[in-house]
Amino acid sequence: MAGVSFQRVSKRFDETAAVDDLTLDVHDGELLVLLGPSGCGKTTALRMVAGLEDPTHGDVSIGGSVVNNVEPKDRDVAMVFQSYALYPHMTIRRNIEFPLRQQRVSAEERTRRSDEAAATLGLTELLERKPGQLSGGQRQRVALARAIVRDPQVFLMDEPLSNLDATLRIQTRADIVALQRRLGTTTLYVTHDQVEAMTMGHRIAVMRDGRLQQVAAPQELYERPATTFVASFLGSPGMNLVPASASGGELRIGDAVVGAASGSSDGPLTLGFRPESAHLDVEGLNAEVVLVEQLGAETHVICKIGDGTKVVVRQGRDAVRPDLGDHVAIVVDANSLHTFDPTSGVRIEPAQ
Amino acid sequence: MKGGSPRRYREWGLAYLMLLPALVVFAVFTFYPFARNFKLALYQNPPFPGLPSRYVGLHQVGTVLSSTSFHQSLVSTFFYVLMVVPTGLLGGLLLALAAHKAIRGMSIFRTVFSSTVVTSVAVAAVVFGTLMDPVVGLLPWLGIDPHPAILQNPTWALPAVALIAVWQFLGLSFIIMTAGLQSLPDEVLEAARLDGAGTWTMFWRVTVPLLSPTLFFGLVVGTIYAFQSFGQIDILIGPQNSGFTHTNVLLYAVYQALSIQNDPGMAAVLSIVLFVILLVFTLIQLRFLERRVTYANA
Repeated sequence: MAGVSFQRVSKRFDETAAVDDLTLDVHDGELLVLLGPSGCGKTTALRMVAGLEDPTHGDVSIGGSVVNNVEPKDRDVAMVFQSYALYPHMTIRRNIEFPLRQQRVSAEERTRRSDEAAATLGLTELLERKPGQLSGGQRQRVALARAIVRDPQVFLMDEPLSNLDATLRIQTRADIVALQRRLGTTTLYVTHDQVEAMTMGHRIAVMRDGRLQQVAAPQELYERPATTFVASFLGSPGMNLVPASASGGELRIGDAVVGAASGSSDGPLTLGFRPESAHLDVEGLNAEVVLVEQLGAETHVICKIGDGTKVVVRQGRDAVRPDLGDHVAIVVDANSLHTFDPTSGVRIEPAQ
Repeated sequence: MKGGSPRRYREWGLAYLMLLPALVVFAVFTFYPFARNFKLALYQNPPFPGLPSRYVGLHQVGTVLSSTSFHQSLVSTFFYVLMVVPTGLLGGLLLALAAHKAIRGMSIFRTVFSSTVVTSVAVAAVVFGTLMDPVVGLLPWLGIDPHPAILQNPTWALPAVALIAVWQFLGLSFIIMTAGLQSLPDEVLEAARLDGAGTWTMFWRVTVPLLSPTLFFGLVVGTIYAFQSFGQIDILIGPQNSGFTHTNVLLYAVYQALSIQNDPGMAAVLSIVLFVILLVFTLIQLRFLERRVTYANA
């Protein structure tokens, strides 16, 4: 077992920096999720651990030793690709055995280990078939079996669930988590899906434009986002971000006082609050309802406030649903306010 | 759905109307000559020009098929195809592998490698003919002096014309292989690298199987191409050496029967034989080889 570490790693393609000065430690046995929108550099970071890309600057280490100049096959990492990348001309057994054959593992050992991997992922019945005869979910499990059969130091997973339909994705998500917790293998998992990240990761590293925004446990990331980007990227829908100002110890959105300004000096700032930290009331921040989304257990009421900013309010099942065009008043829970610098987007911590 | 019938007829009518121009062209240049050829095969040519040709049924087919010159032609064709197709495919694959790297200026090499496709067979034949010339060619320059000269040499004439065909086929083969290599799924190759495959295993266990549809296509195209070689033989050996039969591959034999021996009946029989051979070859390839081809289904 081994951890993975990025030390000031950058990767440039011509003029653009896909990964920009990334420093990140993945602890031994941890499942760390690299989360971000497409093009944020998360896949490039993963591929540098695999050895499929070379860093332009900095060091990538596995198990404490720098692997910059180590061939992919000698890094003892297994990767699961978005497209599964199975060998279409080989049977499932051959696919799973392939890495073992390359290591010249004896035939008996090979059979034993591939049987075991297949059993773990419920593929025993399918061993003699070819990938083309399998469903997407089954192929996904073959790709996982091929990864675990080697018992590698690190698993690298590149959006492994994004080609599955919604139901299967939730099922497989739980399977991967259970597998990872049982094997205890260090795993680096790339996704753009914040729900996947929240449910799977011990920790989440959020990336944007090649730069690391924040690394933290899911709950902390949700409760104390370091930047407006993290705040809006996590949660469904993301955090409401409203231009506001602090003056005389009070936080105001327009003219409405929404809370006490503790620690922030007077002046403009960005105020954030989660949709579930707000409710509609008779008096508060004036707004107009522009959209009502009913999701069954909850309802999202999208309102437009005075300056045109859209704000989402999440209502429980029992709340009175407003109609489109209604004028409402939004009340925000004063204890759930987040403040950010209006230009840099960096979190402003309230003074203790 | 009886109510739909008139509409269907109208659609069919429209479809055939649109197909008509193509059908006319095919009828005039393909279907009619094809049928006419079968008729010709049943008539024997008069011994003297001017007399009517005589219906002999399958007799003429028997005569041609049992003739020594036909057997020789068949053997030559067989060796010729065997020399051209594997060499051309392998050469094209090697060039494609060499050019399948993102190196600056690689497009120049790609252009050069594929340029033989657009070189006319006449030009190629003249260039190679000069290179093989017993007086001004490459061999005397190297101090080698084969007797008789390569193109009149019973041992070397066929390989020499095959070499020109290989050279010409290389361009097409290179293009086919390059297209094949570029369509290989990157992630599968990367997975193999991570799984520990070395260069050799990578090539034989991953690249070649993934490339099998391309290789198969190249084989079918190359075989047909090789069977239809004509230009360089006509230019380099030609009617001036009509006694030299070592390079009489089937298509050339057809031409010789028609234009030199003035025997359309025999030419017709030979061309039917060529047609049947190609048909059988292609069917064999489709039926047996294609089973070993894996089409990746993403």
